[in-house]
Amino acid sequence: MTSEHGTTITERLDAINEFDRDPVSEEHLQGPGNFIGFYSGEHVAGTEFVIGPLFVAHGVSAGDLILGLLVGNFLAVLSWAFICAPIAVRTRLNLYWKLRKITGPRLLFLYNIVNALMFCFLAGAMISVAATAVGIPFNIAMPGLNDLYPNTIGWVVTVLLVGAVVTLLAILGFKQIARFSKVAAPWMFLVFVACGIAALPDLGVNSLADFWTVANEKIWTGVPVEGRVHFTFWHILFFAWFTNMAMHIGMADMTILRYAKKWQYGFFSAFGMYLGHYVAWIASGILVALAIQNSSEIAPGPIAYLGAGLAGLAAVVIAGWTTANPTIYRAGLAMQTITPNWKRWKVTLAVGVVTSVAALFPALMMRLLDFVALYGLVLMPMGAVIFADFWLLPRLGLRQDYADWKEIALSWPAASSWILSLAACWGINAAWGLEIFFLGLPGWFLATAIHIAFSFVQQGAARRSPQESYAGGNA
Amino acid sequence: MRHLLKASSLVGLGMTVVPAFLVYSGALTWDTHVALMAVGAVLWFATAPFWMVKENATHRTTEQ
Repeated sequence: MTSEHGTTITERLDAINEFDRDPVSEEHLQGPGNFIGFYSGEHVAGTEFVIGPLFVAHGVSAGDLILGLLVGNFLAVLSWAFICAPIAVRTRLNLYWKLRKITGPRLLFLYNIVNALMFCFLAGAMISVAATAVGIPFNIAMPGLNDLYPNTIGWVVTVLLVGAVVTLLAILGFKQIARFSKVAAPWMFLVFVACGIAALPDLGVNSLADFWTVANEKIWTGVPVEGRVHFTFWHILFFAWFTNMAMHIGMADMTILRYAKKWQYGFFSAFGMYLGHYVAWIASGILVALAIQNSSEIAPGPIAYLGAGLAGLAAVVIAGWTTANPTIYRAGLAMQTITPNWKRWKVTLAVGVVTSVAALFPALMMRLLDFVALYGLVLMPMGAVIFADFWLLPRLGLRQDYADWKEIALSWPAASSWILSLAACWGINAAWGLEIFFLGLPGWFLATAIHIAFSFVQQGAARRSPQESYAGGNA
Repeated sequence: MRHLLKASSLVGLGMTVVPAFLVYSGALTWDTHVALMAVGAVLWFATAPFWMVKENATHRTTEQ
């Protein structure tokens, strides 16, 4: 498995990430306000207009939703604070460089490609969300909850136009849009709140005492739409916990939290979880109940219009656009490793085309819960590998960052951990019917155990060798 | 000037969310609520960028 560094792939990856190679220095550390702002903005996005309604479609009851979100989001915050943040502030490295030391550059290349594809589909869902708002003034029929394929010419044209604009803006000014999205975040959150509150009287809520009755009888009724799995407390808990699985136990937010002065800043993720993944999901659930009552279209644009009129439409477009933009940009960076001679604009254009075509399929938006779960699950094992490598291998007398130390291009324990844990998750799903929302938990433990076991095998020979010292190799 | 911009932004946010509570209490119609929200949005985006935007290192970079 050992090979020299300096392969073409390695050079491509390193060139792209060159400026981020060193650990964050003391003077660049950020205070709490930046993290509060970041997490609040990141998790109040256009997709919240889809997730809340999908909970309603899956027939969750009001009690299960309120309690499930409360506990699930709490577990997500703990995952950021106790799993991701401590490693981020100790290494001060981004995910790319930390993973590279453990997996070797070739495996990291594969990870980047998978990541880029996932980003394309995620951005596609965001473009679909924005398109549902853009189409309203032109009276274009929106896809329904059960639509999987593009069903009208109007939808196709709208999506392609939105995709073209988003791609063009991503090419012209990623940083400006990133700043704009920070400005939009507080306003967008309040639009969610306003939509939910203003819809309540039409549902029959005229006092606080009415809310719980209406919530159970008209909003989260416990009866799923035909063809949808019935969601219980456990579905909601695990979905809320693992919505951002790639970010917390998957360790992608090392890139953010390495700027934190203390590991405790991981707790600031609570602002994103409880504003976006609690209040916004509940508000959008209220809106979809009103849409069902009025026999209106059930898509993000129409339901936002029901609650907030033009401001609601603007919120859906801005939310979809500002979250699709960085996602396309990140996908472009990852893709650039395959096309090193292409200019950045050309790569972003290619990614934008793939994303826009994906966005044509409403399945991506209407099955967003499943896609989000899959996205997290696929990337999560590498987070488990980092966790095992950082905390557990040194305690077992093994070396951290073994691939870096031995100049291995592809770490087979890490690769095996990734592939076998996902295969095991698939097996669990096939054999026992455990749904995808629940697979992240056993998958994480499996990935951790496999990486430890195979690291023992890999490093066993080296440990017995008198020429190779293990002292001082661990951070 | 900065204080004036901040105050205008806050008014914009207020116009975004307060009318919804007035609709809930029956003191405002839905039409007025959405009109005020639209004005609030314009006010927010016309003023907030001038005092909110600053360089910030804590954005995701290249790799994830």
